[in-house]
Amino acid sequence: MDALYGIPILGIVFQLLGYIIAIVPPIAPIIMRSATPLALGALCGVLCERSGVVNIGIEGTMLAAAFTGWVVGVGLAPVFAATPTALFGITPALVIALLAALGVALLISAVHAWLSISVRADQIISGTIINIAAFGVTGYLNAIIARASPTSAGAFTAWAPPQALTDLPVIGWIIAMFFAQGPIAMSVLLFVVVLQVLLFRSRWGLRTRAVGEHPKAAETVGIDVIRVRYRNVILAGLFAGLAGAFLSMESGNSFQAGMTTGRGFIALAAMIVGRWTPVGALLAALLFSSFQALGQALSFSPPGGELGSIMTSIPAQFYDALPYLVTIVVLAGVVGRSIPPAADGQPYEREAAT
Amino acid sequence: MTTPRARWTPRRAAAAAWGLAALPLIAIVLALAVGAIVILSSELILGGSFDPFLPVTAYRALIVGAFGSFDAIVDTFVATSPLVFGGLAVATAFKAGLFNIGVQGQFLMGALGAVVVGVALSSQPMPIAIVATVAAGILVGGLTGFIPGLLKAVSGAHEVVTTIMLNYVAVSVLAALVSGPLKVPGSPSPVTYDVGNAAYPILFGRNGHLGILIAVLAVLGVRWLLYRTTIGFEIRTAGTNPDAAAYAGMRPRRIIVVTMSLAGALAGLAGTDVVLGVTHQMTSSFGTTVGFDSIAVALLARTEPYGILPAALLFGAMRAGASLMQIQAGIPVELIDVIQATILLVLVATPVLRRLLRLRGARSGIATTPTITRSYGGEVAP
Repeated sequence: MDALYGIPILGIVFQLLGYIIAIVPPIAPIIMRSATPLALGALCGVLCERSGVVNIGIEGTMLAAAFTGWVVGVGLAPVFAATPTALFGITPALVIALLAALGVALLISAVHAWLSISVRADQIISGTIINIAAFGVTGYLNAIIARASPTSAGAFTAWAPPQALTDLPVIGWIIAMFFAQGPIAMSVLLFVVVLQVLLFRSRWGLRTRAVGEHPKAAETVGIDVIRVRYRNVILAGLFAGLAGAFLSMESGNSFQAGMTTGRGFIALAAMIVGRWTPVGALLAALLFSSFQALGQALSFSPPGGELGSIMTSIPAQFYDALPYLVTIVVLAGVVGRSIPPAADGQPYEREAAT
Repeated sequence: MTTPRARWTPRRAAAAAWGLAALPLIAIVLALAVGAIVILSSELILGGSFDPFLPVTAYRALIVGAFGSFDAIVDTFVATSPLVFGGLAVATAFKAGLFNIGVQGQFLMGALGAVVVGVALSSQPMPIAIVATVAAGILVGGLTGFIPGLLKAVSGAHEVVTTIMLNYVAVSVLAALVSGPLKVPGSPSPVTYDVGNAAYPILFGRNGHLGILIAVLAVLGVRWLLYRTTIGFEIRTAGTNPDAAAYAGMRPRRIIVVTMSLAGALAGLAGTDVVLGVTHQMTSSFGTTVGFDSIAVALLARTEPYGILPAALLFGAMRAGASLMQIQAGIPVELIDVIQATILLVLVATPVLRRLLRLRGARSGIATTPTITRSYGGEVAP
């Protein structure tokens, strides 16, 4: 080991690899936590785009859900002064707030569905307008509510898996990664598996993919293209809603204007890099989030030696920008070989009955 | 577009003007109504005494704040000028079928370039300092637009994702430089030196700087470029139909790179405008709402250079008047974001509005090229 690390210049690369291998198991739960909103957002994208609707508005849907969950929790906290339960710290206020967040997300994706399916607006424009609207409305309401110096309803807490499991050699850290989590982060794995199976092994999945690849052929065999698209786009909103609720009710318990900071767009990149499959999207989300977690890892467990002095001399802002840079680079490297659903982004116009 | 031009008559001109302006005007009126409802409902949320005329008070303060005095009008122009550049940056990209949501990042990088050169030349003679500083803002902004353009042309990575990512990268670059090498040594807060002689001279009023004039010239310049030059023709052709453009011997990939660089340069001018015209230096929290506003301006102007001026003036006036509204009516400045979003929502839903209101003569609200969503999945241009 020391011999490898000692090689001039190249040794730094080995030191970096060694550091990453050493640091990943302890920070794996953090990586999963940063990946949660990305993976959920990407699931929203997969569901929409597999049915042929581009959804750029994931970011805005997330933001609106994050705000709604937080603000409903604030409103209900004094009404239900319940002590958090041991499991996930669930309180009635938190559950109702989560439902409200999901409701708003469904509503917003219904608007996007209407604009892109019925109005046949340009889907990227309508998604962008949803983002701008969500940013504006949440920013305004937040400014109003902040005057009352609100107290939040708290947040979901993480489950602590039995020590015996997380201490298992080799796989212990993987168990900790997926299960030492709050309810929303823990649900990601379930959603990914279920959606992957449904999309490629069920009648609904076949219909969805048919509508996204060749809507005219789907219509010919009796599939109602418009209905499938409406249903899937609206349902997809649930995932964006969960992603938003995660930000303001699980990984934190507050709301700041624009707190999604581009996660909806990194989610889209994860969807593309993951080739429009749920499992691929989760893996891509984990890749992006490990770079997000790297900055955190450096602050509490910096590497020693030469590498340590190099990495700590780089301005902290570099590590802030790193996930975004990685997203650009990976997207540019992968995108050409990743083929989208053929009818992605094309409004469907039913031919007039003759 | 291919119909022969009819003889000009006042009546036809009025009909054409109505066709262009009807939907934007309806959208603005509806948005102000929604804003009023939002104000009333936020009163209910906050409790306290309910004043049914608060929307009137708020809008009155907004108008007085934007146009109430000569200085207020000049300040409105000052707030308008970066939106003109930003709006042009979005609109020009739209013409080529590209969606540049990266104005915020290009704006910040352009401003950063202007600060670096402006501070370095702050004691040089004014014309030299200004020209070199503006060139730096254009260059750095253009480079920030060039990167997503190149990525799209080479790999097909869609500009909507890459430009948004660059927006966040730009924030980090700016924070790192302003709190690092550009920081005034010994200053308690991260702030750069003043740009000195590179600052735009004041031409009229208290704050009416040279940038306002440059903004108007930029509109004329972009209009000329798009409609009177070969590259402009190529941009518009590639935006309407890249296959036809390729068939005609144009190179759509090159057009993508050129257009994104041009858009970045225009956004860089917006950043330069704010640094040289208003702030004269930069703090690590430098940044405004120019990014989103520019998209709204371009869409409201139906991506036409001449339309950018009234659209930018509308949002510039709202931004300039908002602080008086906050002081006099207690309404947060974020109300402008709500109004802006409503305008856009109404515009995008205009097919419905047209049917409801039977506006047969009105042209559709959103006029973008049909290819924006087309290449979304990473299809490389021909």
